[in-house]
Amino acid sequence: MTEVAIDEQTNLSKWSMVGKDPYAMPLEDIDLSHPGIWQANQHLPFLKRLRDEAPVHFCRNSAVGPYWSVMKYQDIMEVDTSPAIYSSEPTVAIVDSFEEFALPSFISMDPPKHDEQRKIVQSVVAPANLKKLEGLIRQRVANILDSLPVGEEFDWVTNVSIELTTQMLATLFDFPFEDRYKLTHWSDVATAIPGHGVVDTREQRWEAIQECLVYFTNLWNARVNKAPGIDLISMLAHGESTRNMPPQEFLGNIILLIVGGNDTTRNSISGGVVALNENPVEYDKLRNDRTLITNMVSEIIRWQTPLAYMRRTAKVDTVLHDQRIKAGDKVVMWYASGNRDEEVIERADSFWIDRPNARQHLSFGFGLHRCMGNRLAEMQLRILWEEIMQRFQMVEIVGEPQRIYSSFIKGYSDLPVVLHPLS
Amino acid sequence: MVNILFIEHDGTEHSVTVEPGGSVMLAAVTNGVPGIDADCGGSCSCATCHVYVNQEWLKRMDPVNPIEEAMLSMSSDRKENSRLSCQITVTDELDGLVVTTPEFQF
Ligand code: HEM
Ligand code: FES
Repeated sequence: MTEVAIDEQTNLSKWSMVGKDPYAMPLEDIDLSHPGIWQANQHLPFLKRLRDEAPVHFCRNSAVGPYWSVMKYQDIMEVDTSPAIYSSEPTVAIVDSFEEFALPSFISMDPPKHDEQRKIVQSVVAPANLKKLEGLIRQRVANILDSLPVGEEFDWVTNVSIELTTQMLATLFDFPFEDRYKLTHWSDVATAIPGHGVVDTREQRWEAIQECLVYFTNLWNARVNKAPGIDLISMLAHGESTRNMPPQEFLGNIILLIVGGNDTTRNSISGGVVALNENPVEYDKLRNDRTLITNMVSEIIRWQTPLAYMRRTAKVDTVLHDQRIKAGDKVVMWYASGNRDEEVIERADSFWIDRPNARQHLSFGFGLHRCMGNRLAEMQLRILWEEIMQRFQMVEIVGEPQRIYSSFIKGYSDLPVVLHPLS
Repeated sequence: MVNILFIEHDGTEHSVTVEPGGSVMLAAVTNGVPGIDADCGGSCSCATCHVYVNQEWLKRMDPVNPIEEAMLSMSSDRKENSRLSCQITVTDELDGLVVTTPEFQF
């Protein structure tokens, strides 16, 4: 993307649909890529109108250029499971060339290279390995919860969601614990739009990414000379098909794991609190039956949909739900919409902690690129809620949640809460 | 009717009887057999219906298809006799089939 395009996207509100009635504008003017409605939490009626009236929708004019939106659960499944038609290259973001997405990593590779690279790293987050981490994670969760103030207001995002996710990443990478905030910073930088939040300019972002590269290169060099460990860096440094990885690719994969595990988990941690506060009946169900936690975790992840979409690029001319898609077109699967598709998901707008088939949601994607960290994410949330319920009667939201300016990462920047102890 | 025996990783057995035509995954899920999540509902796109099949029985089923192979290769618990149970059609020849479910679905 050119400087001009970035400036337009970041500085001009001309693309924003905030405050507009989705039913009072021509269908072709609806542009889900603009972050405005997502931050304002006004996206749902736009999604619904497109699902009903234009399930495969073409947006001709937007700050990020023309793109297709795929709105229905089954159509999203079709796109997600047809990598020969819908490619993950060059990127899975709507914008073509934010530098960090230009770093090669297997999320934006097609088979066979994708499969080769993923196979090497996935065992570190495989359930058998996670089981070994469970005790350590529970301990860290307990420490965080025990350090929180009871009965006075604080920000749940900073003190719990971010802290916990950061500690978890540090555990996975066996990253120096005292430097763990760097992980969060790099992840924030990698996904930021310059001028909105953590970075002001592209240069600043580039500097942070360089710092990240240097740091991880040092860790790599240290671990490559030691016996293989079970942390991710060691696995990459010793893995047969990763140990000769070019530095850019190594960094790409590292950033993928940091970003993949960071915002998503963080925002599911916050999202669960929001969902339970908005649905007191469900909160009561949980208090009465803690065995619902596992099911609730899947429901939180569906309800929140921490990543609103993934993008594909059509490799060939094709037809999807009666629409002719041309080779080279951008195709965006709106998981945030598919997860609210009443044709597949009963009472899709309700948060329902004992929902049957709660695991059948789109938040992790499906097919070859299905989230590699899905069991890790679920485990973190399960442990967190088990520990919360042992301590607190309620995590009460006491102010308006602030949402993130992004149409990709669906989440919260501030969540003022007060903790009520078990009586 | 076709009998299928599911054995959990800890040895717990579940015997089910189903009509031919559906998938082995459905036979498990509709009869409350634990250990199979089937998140994608049988679209061969989640690999959470992973099972192990005895060699003798493998010969009597259609071989692993390419998409199944790709999904299976994403599992760290993959073995030579791994299958995705949503891709095995229940036929009369499979009467008496024995499958083992893994400790974890990934
Ligand atoms: C609730 C939390 C999470 C959500 C909602 C989520 C969502 C997703 C989605 C939608 C994809 C599919 C990408 C695509 O189809 O193009 C994905 C891929 C991925 N996720 Fe997650 N994720 C979560 C947690 C994690 C965690 C904790 C990790 C850390 C290990 C992680 C690592 C990855 C990786 C490495 C990929 C790329 C997989 C591939 O391309 O084969 N994710 N995630
Ligand atoms: S049910 Fe998803 S792959 Fe079989």
